Amino acid sequence: MTQVNTTSYKTIKLWKISERDKRPEGYNLKEEDGRYRDPTTVTTLRVPVFRPMDLMVEASPRRIFANAHTYHINSISINSDYETYLSADDLRINLWHLEITDRSFNIVDIKPANMEELTEVITAAEFHPNSCNTFVYSSSKGTIRLCDMRASALCDRHSKLFEEPEDPSNRSFFSEIISSISDVKFSHSGRYMMTRDYLSVKIWDLNMENRPVETYQVHEYLRSKLCSLYENDCIFDKFECCWNGSDSVVMTGSYNNFFRMFDRNTKRDITLEASRENNKPRTVLKPRKVCASGKRKKDEISVDSLDFNKKILHTAWHPKENIIAVATTNNLYIFQDKVN
Amino acid sequence: MSQKQEEENPAEETGEEKQDTQEKEGILPERAEEAKLKAKYPSLGQKPGGSDFLMKRLQKGVWGVVSYPLSLEPKGVLGMKSVEQKYFDSGDYNMAKAKMKNKQLPSAGPDKNLVTGDHIPTPQDLPQRKSSLVTSKLAG
Repeated sequence: MTQVNTTSYKTIKLWKISERDKRPEGYNLKEEDGRYRDPTTVTTLRVPVFRPMDLMVEASPRRIFANAHTYHINSISINSDYETYLSADDLRINLWHLEITDRSFNIVDIKPANMEELTEVITAAEFHPNSCNTFVYSSSKGTIRLCDMRASALCDRHSKLFEEPEDPSNRSFFSEIISSISDVKFSHSGRYMMTRDYLSVKIWDLNMENRPVETYQVHEYLRSKLCSLYENDCIFDKFECCWNGSDSVVMTGSYNNFFRMFDRNTKRDITLEASRENNKPRTVLKPRKVCASGKRKKDEISVDSLDFNKKILHTAWHPKENIIAVATTNNLYIFQDKVN
Repeated sequence: MSQKQEEENPAEETGEEKQDTQEKEGILPERAEEAKLKAKYPSLGQKPGGSDFLMKRLQKGVWGVVSYPLSLEPKGVLGMKSVEQKYFDSGDYNMAKAKMKNKQLPSAGPDKNLVTGDHIPTPQDLPQRKSSLVTSKLAG
């Protein structure tokens, strides 16, 4: 049995997901198709038995958490204590108890008294995987704040502020937009966290606030397309990122149904495509390459022929196995490591 | 703890150097893109991070996009383009689509706002009739 939290605008629901692989057969008063039998035709009694059936996955809502958000919720994160969880919208973060649906505590509030003074919004938040008092939240300005709930009830003052210094001479109109963090994820170890901004993935050591320890370029070739990406709103796309179980590989999505993986140890990276045309089940995925400029080699795809409507925003990695889930606009793909 | 950080530094230096050259080569495309954008929208503000910009994004949904015909003229001082409606989830999207379809259907009965008998209508007053696809044999 698993429990999953979902959110829609401003309502949070806790679902129980269960698998059913057997069903009872042989009722006395009902036919197999559900029609009721005429009791007068029943001459013998039998004990219904469980028979195997095709696996069915069911989701049933278990809790609905009261409307406590004014703005659209961007993150929910269950605490390591398995008793509380947080929900974050653009300006506030609330703390909930899984059993209490009509009350929550506000733990972060960055709404200015005068909305004209608004300079940044909260983009993502997550609890630390081991320390139940610690959480982080990222902003549209590319900063991450780590907060400790033991310090005060309202965590408006961060314990740590993670920010990479920027050379002011590099600034352009797009700088702030592309530095906005769309996702933040702690490593399973709890020692590192990963952030995703428009063009890259960064790994931060929680002990070092002034810059990330690793940076991986997801699709650097888009830097020379920022004008069109701003016009078609793609520059605001929110890509997620994820760690593999051992924290040695990180993965994130891109356009044209491509997704990328970076091996932190070997420093190798790979681009793969999730599409039905190219992949029959059980075929090994072929690595893809985007040609940024100049002569396009055979099998490479030029930047201009990328389909920006085919974006992979959501990816997930099984916590123990090398099995990944990749979501395209209309389909969910499950891939696993090739069996040698 | 500190020893580990020092060990990571040497690898980082080369990584950083690489990043520096990458960024220097990268400035040119980013600035070129900025120039392109400003050429298209001369009224664009200096930086997009103002409160107007953020407040507009606060109101937008998260799921799916339905494009309405976009005008090239940006709205507002900070260069926001005309709104593309984004919907929160598939239910929201389908509801809005259904509403749009309903609006497009012609009204069933006579327009209740029309007052009849008040004045003698002239050809100009009458609602436009769709011209027949088949020209009448009686016409010119």
